[in-house]
Amino acid sequence: MTGPEGTAPGGGPTPDQPSPQGPTGPHLGPAGVGPSQQEDAISPPKDEDVDQSPFGPDAPPPPELSDPDVDEWRRLDPRIIAARPLGEAAGLLWLLVVALFVGGDNGWQLRIAGVVIVILGVNGLIRWLTTRYRITEDQVLLHTGWVFRKHLSVPRDRIRTVDLTSPLLHRVFRLVVVTVGTGHSATSPDELSLNAVTAAEAEQLRVLLLQRARAGGEAAATKGAAEGAPPDGDEVGETSPAGATPREDGEPVPPPDQLSRLRRSWLRFAPLTLAGLAAFGVLFGTSYQALEGLNVEITDSSVLAGIQEWVTALPAPVLVAVAALSFLVVMVGGALVVYVVRYWKYELSREHDGTLRVRRGLLTTRSVSIEEKRLRGVEVVEPLLLRSAKGGSADAIVTGFGALSGDRDLLLPPAPVTEAHRVAELVTRTRPAPTLTGLARHPSAARRRRLVRTVVPTLGLLGGLAWAVVEGPVPVWAGYLGLVALPLAVLLGVDRYRNLGNQLADRYLVGRRGSLVRRTFALRTDGIIGWKVRRSLFQRRAGLATVVATTAAGAGHYEIQDVDVARGLAVAEAAVPGLLTPFLTEGPRPPVEHHADDLSERDGRRN
Amino acid sequence: MTSIDPSSGGGPADLRLRAPEHRVAPRAILWWSLQALIGWLVVTLPQAGLLLFTDDAPIGAMWALWACVTVGVLHVAIMPSWRYRVHRWEVAADAVYTQTGWLTQEWRVAPASRIQTVDAKRGPLQQLLGLSTVTVTTASAAGPLHIEGLEHQLAATLVEELTATTQAVPGDAT
Repeated sequence: MTGPEGTAPGGGPTPDQPSPQGPTGPHLGPAGVGPSQQEDAISPPKDEDVDQSPFGPDAPPPPELSDPDVDEWRRLDPRIIAARPLGEAAGLLWLLVVALFVGGDNGWQLRIAGVVIVILGVNGLIRWLTTRYRITEDQVLLHTGWVFRKHLSVPRDRIRTVDLTSPLLHRVFRLVVVTVGTGHSATSPDELSLNAVTAAEAEQLRVLLLQRARAGGEAAATKGAAEGAPPDGDEVGETSPAGATPREDGEPVPPPDQLSRLRRSWLRFAPLTLAGLAAFGVLFGTSYQALEGLNVEITDSSVLAGIQEWVTALPAPVLVAVAALSFLVVMVGGALVVYVVRYWKYELSREHDGTLRVRRGLLTTRSVSIEEKRLRGVEVVEPLLLRSAKGGSADAIVTGFGALSGDRDLLLPPAPVTEAHRVAELVTRTRPAPTLTGLARHPSAARRRRLVRTVVPTLGLLGGLAWAVVEGPVPVWAGYLGLVALPLAVLLGVDRYRNLGNQLADRYLVGRRGSLVRRTFALRTDGIIGWKVRRSLFQRRAGLATVVATTAAGAGHYEIQDVDVARGLAVAEAAVPGLLTPFLTEGPRPPVEHHADDLSERDGRRN
Repeated sequence: MTSIDPSSGGGPADLRLRAPEHRVAPRAILWWSLQALIGWLVVTLPQAGLLLFTDDAPIGAMWALWACVTVGVLHVAIMPSWRYRVHRWEVAADAVYTQTGWLTQEWRVAPASRIQTVDAKRGPLQQLLGLSTVTVTTASAAGPLHIEGLEHQLAATLVEELTATTQAVPGDAT
């Protein structure tokens, strides 16, 4: 690290102390005028040339960034001093409005809000002053914090994903939060966030950081014995035309290869996601909690009292109708709003630098780049309501997202399930899609277990209900109503069993389970880093096992539930040849299950 | 790689996992017993105290105590020796293999090339009994492998050995 005489850009810091050392290096502005060309390359002047949406349609040409030795301490963009406190204050604004609305105007809320805003502003300034980052040849460093100083470093060759997120207020200031993910690691942090840099710089960082990651990944692949064949790196040129119906037709086109994009007709799946109800519940819950915390007496509000009076005056049938209608409106309307806010302008593309990129968002725009080489598979998710309308979504199974990644691994929002499988086919470059593999059905003992798991607890609950009816506190009709739960439990158990399945397709371990949320995973076998075989007392008696593939990617463990032991072990052994071999024997034939039965059932299955 | 033919019934019908080679130290039985005993005392003593020192204990408190005592005694009597028969471990040339549990049993295999860290730790009870737990961490969120109830000396040797093996393999174990 050198100590150049940094001159600050507009709105930047004042010129520096001469050549300071250590973590608090030279205060070079983000657009710092460095001593060399390379430094200009990574952080060009940006205020003028950002006239596009935060994430430009195309990646800027990488050559100017090819030199990774841009080794300077940088500050975040100074506009974040304003943007972040404003964003935080906006969150409180909602509460303030609610408090004024239901609590009446006492004036004290305003005073508190003023103090809070000042504190947030000062905090934002200090945060900006104390935060610096640096991209060295092999590390990304971030020093942050004031009272508690934090020094984070992430090795560049471990970067798997880059997430560019721009919340609404960041967008006003043309700022972007850059988050790099490295995956689970025992020795370094999962991820590192730069909040925030300009949109142009974010785009350049994305390209730079992923480039380096790819180089590192290649090196590791040649070294590591456990690393499987790298996925088809040379097929990248063989892309399909960007357009409405991307197919693997093999016509090379310069712009990034669009794999999927939002169709207006997908909105029909929005009301089936329950996201509206969830959002409403969260909104209601947080407002209520905050008001409690502020000691606002909710029942004092004349507005609410008026509404309550009006509602109680309604006759019962009308009341039920109104309640049902408002429930429906909240569910459908809320779900539509949530869907649009989250997935507006959704687009999945394959970039020329070997990354998959998902862009979406109406207010907060989001661009997640996944190093394709680190993609370990795809999961198709079908919640019951969506499944009933032949809808589903797709997630990436990828290293580089921590356990709390939220929906960062999303590949496809709720859409026709055929689209989910098509996306799975395109991102895995496997045809037909591994998630469409014909699955082997599990032995009938698995059905018994699924039924026991759903029916026995229901019987327990019904027993409790019956007792309550006999004892008096519950009316008899409610007891009869409770009986409806029994057939539902049976149906649930049967559906769970029907959905169980496993198969080893070419290079992919495929498994399916679940009824209320059915998940079909296709996990690359070279991403499997161990096995876990679990057998409860009952599973041992039934000759079943739950075989779990452990992996560094995605959820970290993918289960094949209640599979016949021998079958499960055979699949595991074939998926990762050699790993289980020394620990397998051919013992006496398991006494319970008969494979002939499974065969006949399996033949009836699709294929 | 070939796929498994769905109609083949999935390979040999009698394919099974064999037990890992080594048992843990016999003193582990004592350790598990003490652990379970302490756990049940924490549950039952306050209940007993309530019954002994107050007059208005809720109805059924007696039954709850008896239920806890019965389950507790059975647990302490059965679990440790059962566990001892199940818990086994093995370090093969390129993988660690463990078998744990009692009612629900678990077999785990982690290839040496994917091991991230290996460490040994001892709780207060284990120190008293001269035992250690070796923890083998991989990059997976499925959790680390544990080999519980090894002799101090053996655990230390094992950690050294595994660390050496792990460091010999390049790559980031993901």
